[in-house]
Amino acid sequence: MKSRTVRRHIRESFKSLSRNGWMTFASVSAVTVTLLLIGVFIVIMMNLNQLADNIENDVEIKVVAEPGASKEEVQELLKEVKETSGVAEVQYSSRKQELEHMIQSFGDELALYKQDNPLGDALYVKADDPKNTASIANEIATYPNTFDVEYGEGKVEKLFKVLKIGRNIGLGLIVALLFTAMFLISNTIRLTIVARRTEIDIMKLVGATDSFVRIPFMLEGVWLGMFGAILPMTLMTIFYSKLYSFWEGRLQNQLFHLLDPNPFLLQLNFLLLFVAVFIGVWGSFMSVRKFLKS
Amino acid sequence: MIVMKNVYKKYPNGVVASNGIHVEIEKGEFVYVVGPSGAGKSTFIKMMYREEVPTSGLIYFNNTELTKMQRKDVPYLRRQIGVVFQDFKLLPKLTVYENIAYALEVIEESPSVIRQKVTEVLKLVGLTKKTRMFPNELSGGEQQRVSIARSIVNQPKLVIADEPTGNLDPETSWEIMKIFERINARGTTIIMATHNKDIVDNQPHRVIQIEGGLITRDENEGEYSNEI
Repeated sequence: MKSRTVRRHIRESFKSLSRNGWMTFASVSAVTVTLLLIGVFIVIMMNLNQLADNIENDVEIKVVAEPGASKEEVQELLKEVKETSGVAEVQYSSRKQELEHMIQSFGDELALYKQDNPLGDALYVKADDPKNTASIANEIATYPNTFDVEYGEGKVEKLFKVLKIGRNIGLGLIVALLFTAMFLISNTIRLTIVARRTEIDIMKLVGATDSFVRIPFMLEGVWLGMFGAILPMTLMTIFYSKLYSFWEGRLQNQLFHLLDPNPFLLQLNFLLLFVAVFIGVWGSFMSVRKFLKS
Repeated sequence: MIVMKNVYKKYPNGVVASNGIHVEIEKGEFVYVVGPSGAGKSTFIKMMYREEVPTSGLIYFNNTELTKMQRKDVPYLRRQIGVVFQDFKLLPKLTVYENIAYALEVIEESPSVIRQKVTEVLKLVGLTKKTRMFPNELSGGEQQRVSIARSIVNQPKLVIADEPTGNLDPETSWEIMKIFERINARGTTIIMATHNKDIVDNQPHRVIQIEGGLITRDENEGEYSNEI
């Protein structure tokens, strides 16, 4: 293709956007609205996912050593636990620390036990992958000098199940929303192209090749997608940054951290732009193809 | 220039628009195609620029067989044929000049050639003073002149016109006919489907009459039949 023709296609695609003002407005609005929806939804889903990750990572195994075990025996147990495959991190807490902790939680009445501490030393174990918690706990339970192994048996499995379902639903909703967006945007574009059917007919009549007809329309799809993506990208950037500084700054939330805007916003904006341009080009391509065939 | 051999065309809805047509049209001829509505005139014409493909039979345009032509080659056939319609088919958002230049842009002509050729045809159809106007600012006759200018700007060997005077008053129709005569005088073949008895009778050329998908009359310097 001659460079003059490429320039002509680019020029024509812009001209046609301004000539078909209302149609352009309709298509750009469709892109804007659906992308905003997708954007908001992705922010919510990704952060819920992050929350789920946090919850999962908080799951730990508490290993209580035999109250009568000697220091060496506890050290031996600690070594064994550390070497267990799948173990990421082990924290040692002496029986004294354990009692202090209990007194803090349940009140001074328990201070009586300072005379004769019935508790054993404890090890807090985190798994590499939270899903392996149960199997690791079962393995540790077989080691000598373990008095008790707790990891919220039953509850943890349920929690993981709920989180998994939640994630799948979220993913399903995002995919469904993407398809809705594709349908909505490509339909709007299709309408604008149907209105310009005469134009395509005339192009064919005077001997334009298929690609010559198609390229300006596809370029228009690119611009429609890009223009439509500007507002959602800007709004998402402004609002998410504000939300992040409010959440992390003022609330100083300990329970849950929002995803860091860098690189999350960059990824989100890139995704929105890609989706918009892809749908724009795809919508144009499919609509023109129909007329070229007829 | 055009040869049709035993051309048969049946549409999916069962209508037979061409029922074994044989015809030969020489270079430089001026041919009227007449016949009642629904007789198969439009199909006859559309098959020449491959807007329709016959169900069976052969069609040659300058020795090229059209029925076997691949889709990708159709644009190159169309560049040798100009088409004019009853409803003009102009792009409403382009000026007179742009509408005509459009036919050359799509075949990737250089801007200087486009300028020269468009100016030339604007003179031929007498629209040099209205180049910057839009179709809705023109009369029906003027719009048809733009449409004719577009069809000939690429210097095609054949111009096909489907009821070009159908929407025009008698006086304007005569002006349009004069332009077609001028184009024909330059050696371009003209095939024109028409219902205009006045024109056919007063400006005699070859007449092909189609009825029920068949050629029922083919006369040099024929007249419009009173039975249509």
